[in-house]
Amino acid sequence: MPDSPDAVSAFEARIAAGETIEPKDWMPDRYRKQLIRMMSQHAHSEIVGMLPEGNWITRAPTLRRKMGLLAKVQDEAGHGLYIYCGTETLGIDRAELVDQLLAGKAKYSSIFNYPTLTWADIGAIGWFVDGAAIVNQTMLAKASYGPYARAMVRICKEENFHKRQGYEIMATLSAGTPEQKRMAQDAVNRWWWPSLMMFGPSDKDSPNSAELTRWGVKRKGNDELRQRFVNLTVAQAVAIDLVLPDPELRHDAESGNWHFGPIDWEEFTRVVHGDGPLNRERLAARQHAHREGEWVREAAAAYAAKRGAKVDAAASSAAA
Amino acid sequence: MADDRAAATASGTATPPDGQWPLWEVFLQPPRGAPFEHAGSVHAVDAESALQNARDVYARRGEAVNIWVVPTTAITASTPDDVGPFFDPGNDKPYRHPQFYSVPRGVRVY
Repeated sequence: MPDSPDAVSAFEARIAAGETIEPKDWMPDRYRKQLIRMMSQHAHSEIVGMLPEGNWITRAPTLRRKMGLLAKVQDEAGHGLYIYCGTETLGIDRAELVDQLLAGKAKYSSIFNYPTLTWADIGAIGWFVDGAAIVNQTMLAKASYGPYARAMVRICKEENFHKRQGYEIMATLSAGTPEQKRMAQDAVNRWWWPSLMMFGPSDKDSPNSAELTRWGVKRKGNDELRQRFVNLTVAQAVAIDLVLPDPELRHDAESGNWHFGPIDWEEFTRVVHGDGPLNRERLAARQHAHREGEWVREAAAAYAAKRGAKVDAAASSAAA
Repeated sequence: MADDRAAATASGTATPPDGQWPLWEVFLQPPRGAPFEHAGSVHAVDAESALQNARDVYARRGEAVNIWVVPTTAITASTPDDVGPFFDPGNDKPYRHPQFYSVPRGVRVY
């Protein structure tokens, strides 16, 4: 059944008035679909995002770093669950969302298809990837859909820790031995451009941007957010004496922005469509983890059934 | 369908037909006497594990001193369609507010 034009304009008037859309409110079918797509991709990204970092928990160089990384990875699981829970309010089952991810039908952020080759990569991920995520999620905390916005508020509160632990790792390595410094710079060189791609294609090439902006899901464009991230990061790199790998990077006095060079969108498209360095490995690791958890799910169900039976027995003997 | 899930668990068969555990709504009470507030939801086989999941998901940094978990199906909510008539009785009674009443000039009432 197509949405009636009157209902759509009433809905758009609510958005224009800054009202929040809640799960039981009427919404255009297309708004619901776009949100399910966007939120589930976001949730999947949090879950897959645990893999490149989880890889380094056992090899963290000190206990302090290990505790920090463990807590961060646990947060990412929590963030995935916040957003899955928000997505479910749109009428899709959690099981279906998980199945889509495990079946390889769902998209997630391409950044997680790049390998974490050295310990410095953990620093670069916290600094760049979480830094970029904060810029994006601060904007999404004002999204028109209430459950999404509220999940973002919760996430933003926690993510500053992620960024700082990453930046501290990089600062420490950069001030370390020449070999450590080289390792830090190498991680910067590999993670910088994929991090800029995280904001998505330029608005003029982004098929979803206009609609999402009109409906107040996105309050700022991909290019504006990307620029904000670059502006914030340049000074941070200078402060710890690491060089962002862009020969065109220069300050533009007129706009106040840091001008940066062209992004390799062919690489982006390749990775999005499954041909990144680690797309297959990530999916296989996720499927493996899900299979390995099967006995836990079975045990929990068996325990609940046993206790349920006891409760039933107690209830019937009390009734008798 | 949601009702079937809750019923299935209550009668002791914890794996519902759609392979998904029942949904529980989570409410947290922040420290220092603030009222409970809805935080989100979790899936769990029973109330006890719902409570533990809620703690792990929503209270990793001392956000709560108390948690409630409630089967989602047990919640009855007002609907957006009758938001006007439903809340109307509260909106047309200005005499419920202190500003409705006048006091002599210069007297401090509160």
